[in-house]
Amino acid sequence: MSTEAGIRPPGTTPPEERGTGRTLAAADARAGLALISPTVVIVLAMVVVPIVWTVLLAFQRLRLLNLRSSGLFGEFTLSNFDNVFTAPTFWSALATTLTYSVLGTAGAIGLGLVAALALRRPFRGRGLVRAVMLLPYVAPIVAATFSWSTMLNPQFGVVNHWGTRLLGWDEPIAFLSQRSSDISLFGLTIGVPTALLTVIAFEAWRSFPFAFLFLTARLQAVPATLEEAATVDGATLTQRFRYVVLPQLLPTIAVLAVLRFIWTFNSFDDIYLLTGGGAGTEVVAVSVFSALTARGDIGGAAAQALVLAAILAALIGLYLWRLAPREERS
Amino acid sequence: MATMTRDTVETRVFGVLRIVTIVLLLIITIFPFYYMGLLSLRPLDRVLQDPGALWLPPSEVNLDSYGSVVAPPSAGGQGFLIFLANSAVVAFGTVALTLLIALPGAYAVSRLQFFGRRQVGVLFLAVYLFPPILLAVPLFVFFTRIGLRGTLVGLLIVYVSQVVAVSIYMLRNYFDTVPVSLEEAAAIDGCSRLGVMWRISLPLAMPAIIANALFIFMIAWNEFLFALLFLIEERDRWTVSLGLSQLAGSIEIPTTVLMAGSVIVTLPIIVVFFASEKLLTEGLTAGAEKG
Repeated sequence: MSTEAGIRPPGTTPPEERGTGRTLAAADARAGLALISPTVVIVLAMVVVPIVWTVLLAFQRLRLLNLRSSGLFGEFTLSNFDNVFTAPTFWSALATTLTYSVLGTAGAIGLGLVAALALRRPFRGRGLVRAVMLLPYVAPIVAATFSWSTMLNPQFGVVNHWGTRLLGWDEPIAFLSQRSSDISLFGLTIGVPTALLTVIAFEAWRSFPFAFLFLTARLQAVPATLEEAATVDGATLTQRFRYVVLPQLLPTIAVLAVLRFIWTFNSFDDIYLLTGGGAGTEVVAVSVFSALTARGDIGGAAAQALVLAAILAALIGLYLWRLAPREERS
Repeated sequence: MATMTRDTVETRVFGVLRIVTIVLLLIITIFPFYYMGLLSLRPLDRVLQDPGALWLPPSEVNLDSYGSVVAPPSAGGQGFLIFLANSAVVAFGTVALTLLIALPGAYAVSRLQFFGRRQVGVLFLAVYLFPPILLAVPLFVFFTRIGLRGTLVGLLIVYVSQVVAVSIYMLRNYFDTVPVSLEEAAAIDGCSRLGVMWRISLPLAMPAIIANALFIFMIAWNEFLFALLFLIEERDRWTVSLGLSQLAGSIEIPTTVLMAGSVIVTLPIIVVFFASEKLLTEGLTAGAEKG
């Protein structure tokens, strides 16, 4: 597409055509391409080419040690994928990633919806409260994870301190380093994946402001007359929410679900910083990172990243195919 | 009459629930940051003796943790000033470079008909949603080969490529709201295309540009994965986020010092955010009604 500018260099238009709509359009087309080309170049060079390269790397036995000596196109092999698919750790990482993404997304949207509804009616200081609620989302991830891991620390964390004193916990809970803990409920003892649930709670806490922001914007666009009419017809508060407000919010919720799912599925920082991928929280992104840096296995890391992207693409495709047409009808 | 009472009951119940919810939400959003500030100001031995304290008596306020974080390594500190400078260079550089590239692009996408306009939009959306970890592998290899790994310039280029698409999207929405008639009037008065852009469209879009700049600044300041991948071996070039995460790995550094570091990383963001909250949220949710 960027060759278009080269085919028709500036100034080649015959002079008699100047001033007509046609030339203006041609000038616009040239200017448009010229203005957009720096962006296209950097995106192609730093995003598209690397993605293509990942595909190539995934089919090579490339290690960090022989990186400088090896050529761009080495011997192609399927062994990286073979390793990925036969390793039990990959499947467990994938299951963890899915659990983390689904529950994290649901938690974030649920909390965001509750917040948006609670702050819907104006009150004094609402602007400030709204701004404060966006803090978890804008704060640096490293600081947020540190604060959480200190709060949850079994030795001197504030949560365990008050938990053991006020909530009657038998002993401090190692929220971030304990794979599972038994909880007695009605005489039944259930094993709960402690660390995984903690990182999911963190994810919901960190990204609920995003859902809150978009749902608030959408709520403001709900026409007041609809609800007034429903009130006149005798609909109660919950009925008005169920039959008037919620249907209006559903398209936004659907978009949020897709976006948050994609980002959570790909996310690396939160889990790497909270648990380092330990105690049953290793998601695929963290395992790609450790393949790359700890083991120096470039081919293996690329293959895992590629499988991750392929699964994500398949899930999005499935969503678009199954669900998107239904929304358009409503 | 029955429905009337049900409605009254519901209105009362949810009226109370609403206040409870708001208070709870405020506690969960603020507390981690409050706790961070609290620990950063308490002496370590006091924290270990009384970990449950939720209030800091003024007599206990202690700034040693901050001193230890900021002091250069030669004086036994963690050298956070260097990290702060690195982060500032990368964040401001990313903002300047991204705006320089994205402003003309956004203007073109909003105003000019050109071949491939739609495809460019799809490409940018794909970039926005792509897993960064997938880019990590090839960029790591590429930068190692050309010797840019371990430099701030390499990091800056990656950041620009990551945010430029979002930037164009945000700015385009704003350019769309600037009336074309204003530009046409200027064109009739003899302004060139660039002149129109410079004199009419840019000044009118200034709020959006500032919002976008702040948004980019926050992303670049907060970024962690690529900083970790590219800069880990070069202590002098660590950004604050990376520096902080590396401090956590060593056992000798007390939690109070880590919390002081966390406050230092977070403060610029909080200042930027509260100074521009309205601009930012409007910029972020522009077009949300459509979606």
